[in-house]
Amino acid sequence: MSPLDRIANVSTLKQHEVDKLYKVEHKPIVSISDQICFLIRPRIQTVKWICDVVNADKAVGKFRRYKIIFTPQKFYACEAVLEEQGVFGDVTTDEWAFYLLPLDEDIISLELPEFFRDNFLAGDQRWVRTAGSALHLLHSLFGPFSKVYGIGRCSKMTYESWREQVEQGEQKARHAEIGNVFLIDRDVDFVTPLCSQVVYEGLVDDIFRIKCGCVEFGPEVTSSDKSIKVMLNSQDKVFNEIRNEHFSNVFGFLSQKARNLQTAYDKRRGMDIQQMKTFVSEELKGLKQEHRLLSLHISASESIMKKKTKQDFQELLKTEHCLLEGFEIRECISFIEEHINRQISMIESLRLLCLLSVTENGLLPKDFKSLKAQYLQSYGADHLLTFSNLRQLGLLVEQQPGETLTVMESKVGKLVNDRAAVKLTDAFSSLAKKSHFRALSKKLNLIPKSEEDYDLRVPRDMAYIFSGAYIPLSCKIIEQVLERDGWTGLEEVTRLINGHEFAVTGADPKSKSDARRIILVMFLGGCTFSEISALRFLGKEKGYKFIVVTTAITNSSRLLEALLDNNI
Amino acid sequence: MMKSKADEEDYWNSSKYNAFTFDDADDELSAVRPEPEPESKRARTGSGSVYGTKTETKLLKLKETKKAVNRIGPLLAEDGEEDWERVSWSGEPVGSISWSVKELAASNQRADREPAFPKISTETPSLSKSQSGISLSSLFKGKPKGGNLQTFNDGESDERTILGDSSLRLYTPELRKPKSEYKDLISDWSAEETVQRLQQGKVSDPAAGAQRADQNQNQNQNLPVCVPQGVTLEKFRSLQDKLLLLDLAVAAHDGNAITAVLIYLKRTLCKGLSLRRFCCRWLNVTFSPFGFFCSEVLFRELESRQTALRHFIHYLTENREQRLLLELLRALGRTEEAALLQYKDYKNIADENKRRDFLKSCLSLQFGGEDGNHVQDHYTLLERQIIIEAADRKAEREGKLEVFQKFPRKASILNMPLITTLYYCCFYHYNESEGTFSSPLNVRQTFKISEKQYFTTALAARAKLKNWTDVDAMFNSRNWLGFSKKKSPLSFQRVVDILQKNSAPTQVLQEYVGLVSDAELRIGLAQKHKCHDIVINTYRDMKDRQQLAEYRKKVERGSAEEQKIDELLSNQ
Repeated sequence: MSPLDRIANVSTLKQHEVDKLYKVEHKPIVSISDQICFLIRPRIQTVKWICDVVNADKAVGKFRRYKIIFTPQKFYACEAVLEEQGVFGDVTTDEWAFYLLPLDEDIISLELPEFFRDNFLAGDQRWVRTAGSALHLLHSLFGPFSKVYGIGRCSKMTYESWREQVEQGEQKARHAEIGNVFLIDRDVDFVTPLCSQVVYEGLVDDIFRIKCGCVEFGPEVTSSDKSIKVMLNSQDKVFNEIRNEHFSNVFGFLSQKARNLQTAYDKRRGMDIQQMKTFVSEELKGLKQEHRLLSLHISASESIMKKKTKQDFQELLKTEHCLLEGFEIRECISFIEEHINRQISMIESLRLLCLLSVTENGLLPKDFKSLKAQYLQSYGADHLLTFSNLRQLGLLVEQQPGETLTVMESKVGKLVNDRAAVKLTDAFSSLAKKSHFRALSKKLNLIPKSEEDYDLRVPRDMAYIFSGAYIPLSCKIIEQVLERDGWTGLEEVTRLINGHEFAVTGADPKSKSDARRIILVMFLGGCTFSEISALRFLGKEKGYKFIVVTTAITNSSRLLEALLDNNI
Repeated sequence: MMKSKADEEDYWNSSKYNAFTFDDADDELSAVRPEPEPESKRARTGSGSVYGTKTETKLLKLKETKKAVNRIGPLLAEDGEEDWERVSWSGEPVGSISWSVKELAASNQRADREPAFPKISTETPSLSKSQSGISLSSLFKGKPKGGNLQTFNDGESDERTILGDSSLRLYTPELRKPKSEYKDLISDWSAEETVQRLQQGKVSDPAAGAQRADQNQNQNQNLPVCVPQGVTLEKFRSLQDKLLLLDLAVAAHDGNAITAVLIYLKRTLCKGLSLRRFCCRWLNVTFSPFGFFCSEVLFRELESRQTALRHFIHYLTENREQRLLLELLRALGRTEEAALLQYKDYKNIADENKRRDFLKSCLSLQFGGEDGNHVQDHYTLLERQIIIEAADRKAEREGKLEVFQKFPRKASILNMPLITTLYYCCFYHYNESEGTFSSPLNVRQTFKISEKQYFTTALAARAKLKNWTDVDAMFNSRNWLGFSKKKSPLSFQRVVDILQKNSAPTQVLQEYVGLVSDAELRIGLAQKHKCHDIVINTYRDMKDRQQLAEYRKKVERGSAEEQKIDELLSNQ
């Protein structure tokens, strides 16, 4: 499902005299229509295709009217292409300032998956203003905000862009409905989106891919030969109750639900005509609806179980948990190696490699060399480019010997004889392995103590979204900052994350107290369903209501696919 | 010719990487599939229970639930699809947003000003505006109007331009009447204002712009004229002014504006001599400029402006201006990136021979780290694939070799990863002498494939062919101390896994399950693959009567296994 479907489906467009709908591709458009309208994201590549269409028409003397609608905005680079290709003037352009797509009551998406690659890999700030405008729009609808917190370079720039737009624009006085805002860059926390999701909604996204709040269940779920598209949101009562649950609880819930449903149906026995009439007119429809949803989610769960047991999910999770804890790293590396050797999913192997690198603050040169070579052998030499991208982003790097360390070593080295120095160096290099993630994890208690059993049915903290093994860093930071009403006491943490934190107060925090409990969290570069679940949990615990705004919903596959080099 | 079975999916072509990751036949949900739960020192009860030994019970429970739900069925039968529609969340909030936005735009009320948020410093180098020396606005105010193409537009300034390339507009007929109130606004903008306009970005299309201007006029009668204006950069002609413009755009954090200025710089700074420069670099000759070469100036200026540089690189990448990009990277001394960029071009060459030659030409590039070796391997591999492919295609056509008849090739081996190639060679050319290009041993030697990797691949290939003697030999050949023990560089658990995925029969599996040293793990695997003897023997060795009695329920009534259990139980 595309964002457009959520706003105007085919029949709406037909009502407005749209003759045919095409996907923009690099091929001629076969149509007798003499007006063509292109609704596109501002990408040079797409504009070039359109230019080819126009020029092809020109060449055969066909006259058509063309209009390009850029959404959410046009870029000069795109218009420059129109000009260079000699179709500027033949093509008229316009903008559709479409920023926010509400996916659910508490999720708003900008539907800009390209934000991640453009901003974090290429360092192109083209979307900063877009993000600022989206925030501005929310501000003008639900503001004024009384407090804005943020962390990350892009967050800071987005804040500035938003602030300037506020200054330039004008507002009506209104009651604030959203009090606080939290901006966070995706690169503050890469660990969380690299983990396997085990909360129902996240799992469904990992396996079936939720697009624009809609999932397509294939024949293996529907147990018929066609697939169906289902909207997944709080309107779906069954889904709403299991979406944030750890997968292990889902079964119990579904069977309880089935029993309740049976009881409700059973009520009709022994009814007289009048009662039956009321039952049919009032309850039956709802029950049937629920029944349908229930069998659907049961089939989906079955399908998930089958897939996951097939690929040794258990072992995979164990490896991930070890990586998060920094435990039995050697075993983890050989697990990853076997994964690569057996050519199991290219993305999955890459995910584990990145998780290893991010948690260990880089791979030892020896490991890096060998794993990279094996990866290229298994999945093709063209992944050289993928590795180059991952290195640029810091997702998969070789450990560099710490500079301070070498100073220490050389000082100590002078005092002792050579053999002892070698030993010392070993000791130091093992110390050097302590990465920022480890330090952060220690500082923020991201790994709950493992001696006690973690009851996933009654979660005690956000770690439940990863089976009690890890509290998502991104959400933990949000929790801490809200608790402290700022960054005081978190200096060490921000230093480890590499700073760019801020907390600013609007002049007049006279907003109603309930507005202050509503917190807009904006993820720049995407967030996962697991993080949303964690925030929902946090909200329930602390009496907040979180509204998540994200440039796109992401997960490990989307994150890594964006970094492969076959796009562009 | 043997028809391939349905479960024998494409083994090297369905996906590049799917060399031997076969899906096993879908088990019935009711099938007893307890997963092995390896003893983890820190096993978390939570995660453990989900996918662990309780899998079986979970599945059964799920199945029952499903049945229960289906049983309630009859009431449901008549419904069609349309009920699904109701689930969908209405587009209402979207509508309400755009509605309120419109309302907001229409309202002219100037309300109380927002409490101002403070500015926070975002890391950008502080601007030295003195760079340009003179105040820009004063500079431009005194400028004669006829100085540039702008004159043609001044009369009809509601027209949008992009990047000031106004010459183009001469060709597009302008039907709009001039609107006197917008007159002369354009030429008075300072660099700051220009960047601001760029940021607002509402420019360029004449017709739409004019319409919007009309609308704005109608809606905002009592507002000051706030018509989106065309931005022209033409008047910033000195390098200093241009760079000031760039710095201002960078300071505004607006990528769109930055790129716009960069495009302008690229267009207005000469690049005529770049090719010569390129050649000099190529020949490793130190280049000494015989004059003023602007591309060098641009590159130099960009070097000290990292943000702008990144934008420029991204723009060139997207616009596929490969040559300029290479030149830029080389000028910056980023040879490793340049090498990768050049290497990447092989993807655009479809013909395998040309591709091979291209890869060969890449070998002299300055790659970083081990990348040079990887490219060398890539070249060697393709060269070899071309030879193998030609020979095998011929062999297949002539029909002399049985293996090609029995297992027809499903795709060409060209451009497949190394391990897929090795798999292919193990599949079709297993017993060839080391001298041939297609011999697995030769491939292993050439590309220094690790023993474990080689073993894994060969095992999967021979298992796929169901050649169990070869499989067996793989474990024995390694053992020169006698005949007693099977050895494997791969854990036997993994071996079983690979064999099972290639649908090995139980008696073959049994042999390798028995070699798993960890008793718990062995029982788990044995139960999974129904190797009853191993389960029974292991329980016997562990003297676990209770488990044995328990297991008795799972074996078939009256089978040899049951008998064996009974004997064991009565013995003690």
